[in-house]
Amino acid sequence: MLDQTQIERHEAEAVTCVKLRQPLYAARKKIFPKRASGRFRQFKWLVMAVTLGIYYLTPWLRWNRGAFAPDQAVLLDLANRRFYFFFIEIWPQQFYYVAGLLMMAGIGLFMVTSTVGRAWCGYTCPQTVWVDLFLVIERALEGDSSARIKLDAARWTARKLFVRGAKHAIWLIIAAATGGAWIFYFADAPKLLGAVLTGAAAPAAYVTIAVLTGTTYLFGGLMREQVCTYMCPWPRIQAAMLDENSLTVTYNDWRGEPRSRHAKKALASGKAVGDCVDCNACMAVCPMGIDIRDGQQLECITCALCIDACDGVMDKLGRARGLVSYATLADYNANMALATAGGTGAINPALIRSSSTTFVNAIAGFHLRKIFRLRSFIYLGAWSAIGLVLLFSLLTRERLALTVLHDRNPQFVTLSDGSIQNGYTVKLVNMIAAPRTIMLSLEGLAGAEMSVVGVDLPAGRSFAIPVAPDRLTMLKVFVRQPANQVSKPAQSFAFRIGDEASSESAEYTASFNAPEITR
Amino acid sequence: MSSEHIDEVSGISTTGHEWDGIRELNNPLPRWWVITFYITIAWAAAYTIAFPAWPMLTSASKGVLGYSSRNDVKNELAAAEAAKGKYVAAIQQKTVSEIASDNALREFAVAAGGATFKVNCVQCHVSGAQGSKGFPNLNDDDWLWGGKAEQIQQTITHGIRFGSDADTRQSEMPAFADVLEPEQIAQVSAYVASLSGSVRDKTLIQPGAEVFADNCAGCHGESAKGNRELGAPDLSDAIWLHGSGESAIAAQVRAPKQGVMPAWGARLGDTKVKELTVYIHSLGGGE
Repeated sequence: MLDQTQIERHEAEAVTCVKLRQPLYAARKKIFPKRASGRFRQFKWLVMAVTLGIYYLTPWLRWNRGAFAPDQAVLLDLANRRFYFFFIEIWPQQFYYVAGLLMMAGIGLFMVTSTVGRAWCGYTCPQTVWVDLFLVIERALEGDSSARIKLDAARWTARKLFVRGAKHAIWLIIAAATGGAWIFYFADAPKLLGAVLTGAAAPAAYVTIAVLTGTTYLFGGLMREQVCTYMCPWPRIQAAMLDENSLTVTYNDWRGEPRSRHAKKALASGKAVGDCVDCNACMAVCPMGIDIRDGQQLECITCALCIDACDGVMDKLGRARGLVSYATLADYNANMALATAGGTGAINPALIRSSSTTFVNAIAGFHLRKIFRLRSFIYLGAWSAIGLVLLFSLLTRERLALTVLHDRNPQFVTLSDGSIQNGYTVKLVNMIAAPRTIMLSLEGLAGAEMSVVGVDLPAGRSFAIPVAPDRLTMLKVFVRQPANQVSKPAQSFAFRIGDEASSESAEYTASFNAPEITR
Repeated sequence: MSSEHIDEVSGISTTGHEWDGIRELNNPLPRWWVITFYITIAWAAAYTIAFPAWPMLTSASKGVLGYSSRNDVKNELAAAEAAKGKYVAAIQQKTVSEIASDNALREFAVAAGGATFKVNCVQCHVSGAQGSKGFPNLNDDDWLWGGKAEQIQQTITHGIRFGSDADTRQSEMPAFADVLEPEQIAQVSAYVASLSGSVRDKTLIQPGAEVFADNCAGCHGESAKGNRELGAPDLSDAIWLHGSGESAIAAQVRAPKQGVMPAWGARLGDTKVKELTVYIHSLGGGE
């Protein structure tokens, strides 16, 4: 029996009590990221131009495939169930190429994340790119950080109304262009553009544009960092892929602390002083509204803008760059141990510095060897293996195929001369966007001949069949064998197809059925 | 209902429900939830006005939007019929031979005729059209009344030995039980069986041939190849409608079974009969 008096009790307010009742969600803190400049900002502009360029321009690229296939370089032709990607044409049954690409994308993400951290989030994620684009508009119209804060706090005037209205209008135009570009991947872009503008396009096109316009405006303009922090599963998944040897954006407090706004005064009074001057430049540029100096955080998308901001300040102060830098946890821990004498005391700048501007040699720093380790190469190996298998399969794949369905009802028919007839449905698949003539012939089955429904020729062992470009041709074929040649109730033979022009061929093994006893 | 009970710790009233001393707090529902709930009620009420809903004595309320699932089906069927219209019009125009030699039209007719066959013909001719004893196999190349498309069409339209159709295929084999001696029947059966297979007693063949020439050749032909004008079967081939072998042949000589097929022309209409003809013709035995 449990002794009630032995249970330790804590005083705690009930979370449901009336006086404590509070909203379930934290209100959004408004973020007005300042414009950053530096190496990483330059690189991000470049990535933005490339990714947006790919997204908007790809459907307009042309690729000549001849008269019997569309000339759009990248086209997901859902109506005709074909996927075109430059020189590659994929039929629905070859969807494993897409599955393979998705696997490569997944493993590629593991590879990137395990080495350079959440680079996907920081540089190439559409959410990041579009938020960046929307911020460009916002800065152009409302000014940089401090001007926007002032405008946000100001009373509604005609100017504020105009500026805000213009901003949202341009955002909506970009959002509509984003939604509009999406549909061009699914139909001939120039024709569809005309149809969309004249109102002649399918309702699905308009619905798609409307939905994607809405989500782009909502996610890129209004919700921004909340999408990453609250909606997206990637931060959790990617965080699980990081280990102590992955690069992440790190505040190196082993050289920054103790931070001081008045370094000279503090130094004069004999206090230890780190490199951080507590200027908050790193916080001002952060699009996620966090302070990188608090350490690793789920919200951090590693966009590296705080590195740019801090490097600029360090340059002005004449100190070494890299107070905020890409660093691995292992390096950080080693340097931290050095700065705190193995964790025995507070951070002591004297332990890591050889002079006021240089560091001791024992400081661990970036090296490619640390980043590319066994794990990265295993990912690279798996990624390349899938890629090579896909490539090999793509280069050697059959563009001519046949399948044969044996009639099951009836399995065989006895003809008036006693010979046995079997019916087959033969499907010839011509995956080339050109018409051709295929030779269909029988292999094996002694004495047998066939006739093709719709082909007005006497029975024989070989027929020339014209097939349409990029299509499946279905034939009804009857094969008959004289009674005295029937050797057993189920004989194996093959249908063979061949294209003399390209010397391609294919074979399908089928069965020929006969009654147990024949005369 | 018991008097209101206030929870000590939180200061919130409880619902009065108690389980082993644990009480349920009577917290109000979130406002968004309550509003959503009222909206669904309003929605449901509006729905019953807009769509057929309220049961009356003989029917139900029609709904102001005039929706009817029966109309939906009607429209879908009409759309399907319209989609077929191009082919059906061509089938009405053309003869069965023309349809069979046009690839696209033949594919359509085979599919449509196959569906008609599954409903109207499988009862006798079996699902694969392979027939059974007394009911002809339509997959083979042995045709009692002819295997050309037009001949098949004639047979389907007017039937065989179908009394109520004036143009029906008509023939009747007499019963020879009273005409021939049992010995002669054995002889002629042996002769007929020998034309496509082996017999037990070869000595019966020669006299059987004489019996055949005297009694049977008139309809079945001198070489027993049959006569399609009369629906007289070819007795020299490997296909036996009423069973192969001497005893089955003898039974048929004594008291012949005569199959009857109904006339389908009036019942199915010209288009369906044409489709059915092309389907039968495509099964592998068409001439």
